[in-house]
Amino acid sequence: MRAFFDMGGYAAFVWPAYAVTLAVIGLNIVSARRALARAREQARRRLQIQGEAR
Amino acid sequence: MSGLESPAARTLAPVATPIVRGASRARAARSADAIEAARLALLRDLQLAFRKRSQLIQPLAFFAMVTLLFPLAVSPELSRLRELAPGVLWVGALLASLLALEFLFRDDAYDGTLEQYALSGQPLTALMFAKTLAHWLLTGLPLALMAPLAALSLGVGPAALPGIVAAVAIGSVTLSLIGSIGASLTLGIKRSGALLSLLTLPLSLPVLIFGARATQLAIHGAPYGAPLELLGALAVLGITLAPFAAAAAVRISLE
Amino acid sequence: MAWTWFHRLASPPHVYALAARLTPWFAWPAALCIAAGLWGGLVLAPPDYQQGDGFRILYVHAPSAWMSLMVYMTMAIAAAIGLIWRMKVAHAVAASCAPIGASFTFAALVTGALWGEPMWGTYWEWDPRLTSELVLLFLYLGYMGLRAGIEDPQRADRASAVLAIVGVVNVPIIHYSVTWWNSLHQAPSVMRLAKPAMPFAMVAPLLLMLLGFTLLFVALLLTRLRSEVLARERSASWIREVVSA
Repeated sequence: MRAFFDMGGYAAFVWPAYAVTLAVIGLNIVSARRALARAREQARRRLQIQGEAR
Repeated sequence: MSGLESPAARTLAPVATPIVRGASRARAARSADAIEAARLALLRDLQLAFRKRSQLIQPLAFFAMVTLLFPLAVSPELSRLRELAPGVLWVGALLASLLALEFLFRDDAYDGTLEQYALSGQPLTALMFAKTLAHWLLTGLPLALMAPLAALSLGVGPAALPGIVAAVAIGSVTLSLIGSIGASLTLGIKRSGALLSLLTLPLSLPVLIFGARATQLAIHGAPYGAPLELLGALAVLGITLAPFAAAAAVRISLE
Repeated sequence: MAWTWFHRLASPPHVYALAARLTPWFAWPAALCIAAGLWGGLVLAPPDYQQGDGFRILYVHAPSAWMSLMVYMTMAIAAAIGLIWRMKVAHAVAASCAPIGASFTFAALVTGALWGEPMWGTYWEWDPRLTSELVLLFLYLGYMGLRAGIEDPQRADRASAVLAIVGVVNVPIIHYSVTWWNSLHQAPSVMRLAKPAMPFAMVAPLLLMLLGFTLLFVALLLTRLRSEVLARERSASWIREVVSA
């Protein structure tokens, strides 16, 4: 188990590399979902304004 | 050319040629029109630029300043400067050419000339080529002629100078062409200087790489034909494709 | 008859609904492939003969680099389709690609640098591939900057499409010139691993990761595409049903 985390001495490079990549993946997922939620909210608001304008 | 009231209107004149028989003769007449229109656009740009000569000096002055910065920042030792010279010359030329891009379309966009060009019925590609050629004659070519002075100040031997002039002259053609694409894309954007650099510089990297290499070989007295030919190839590619892209971008920006 | 599906792809409401339906079919397999790839790459694959366990960075670096290029190609093709056939949906696809591609280019650069330090002794060696990745990042940033700078959305779509096409023509030229420049100075490349046949246990996780990242890209693209399509449809009636759902 210790050997796994140690990565043959390269731990300081391997783990940050994986961490950064997984963070990028995670941020992409979060950001895409948030953008969709925002777009839906803005569309809803636009429809509301148009509905009131009529 | 004196007494020309509206140079833009003049570009419309060739359209009003008499109807000719035969499709090929019509095509020939149309290309003759396009060449005439391009020639007029080129002459117009050159004329207008010479009226504001002070603006022409600015990129050259900037280039001189940049060349001055490096010895002050690094070391006055000529042997060290000679090593840095290709980099300094080319980065300076690249930045100076970026600065000069502002003049390419700005005035014409403001006073509606660019719209006239787009509406004139002449191929916008030919007119973009003419404008870019004018830009090169006004900035790239003077930079190429100034480069030897900058090179000498950086400890470069006189034997290298013809190679340096050739490299900067050819390289700056491509820089003007790439710049015309960036400038036409950012036409409507205010304060677009940083964005224009961000768009233009990555595309200019091959010119930088081959130009600096040619300069380096010239300084060491080695044959510099190969990178020079690559620079030429890039210029030819640019001449073929860039005016077309710039014309498309101008039409989009004017919509 | 064959063209109906193509024409339907131009219809925003259809694309929106299709994207919503398809996303899970890409998202879950992506998660599975990436999980399996991580397990295979970190645990099952044997250490490399020369680089020991350090080579395992390959399993995140190579897929990230692959993403950065593939996404740019997708972006450029979508932009070209949007420009030539005047399809709003194609422009929406291009817009969706940019942030995804830029972030994975960043990941490729960081993982590449982290791989470089133990192998070359320095975080950055101007290796041709990393340098090309850096230029690619600037191309993405320029594209996103141009989009952000133009206010009219249609003009932004079309201008950035021209930029994407110009960029894609330049990418091979830039890569060639950077490789040529680098060869002059003969810097070694760490990207090459011990050449004689990589054992299957080493290759399989890599393939899984590449597949997983690609599936992830499609899932992310479909999600972002929905936002972009919504933003481009000002007052269409189909939005009413979608939004109140």
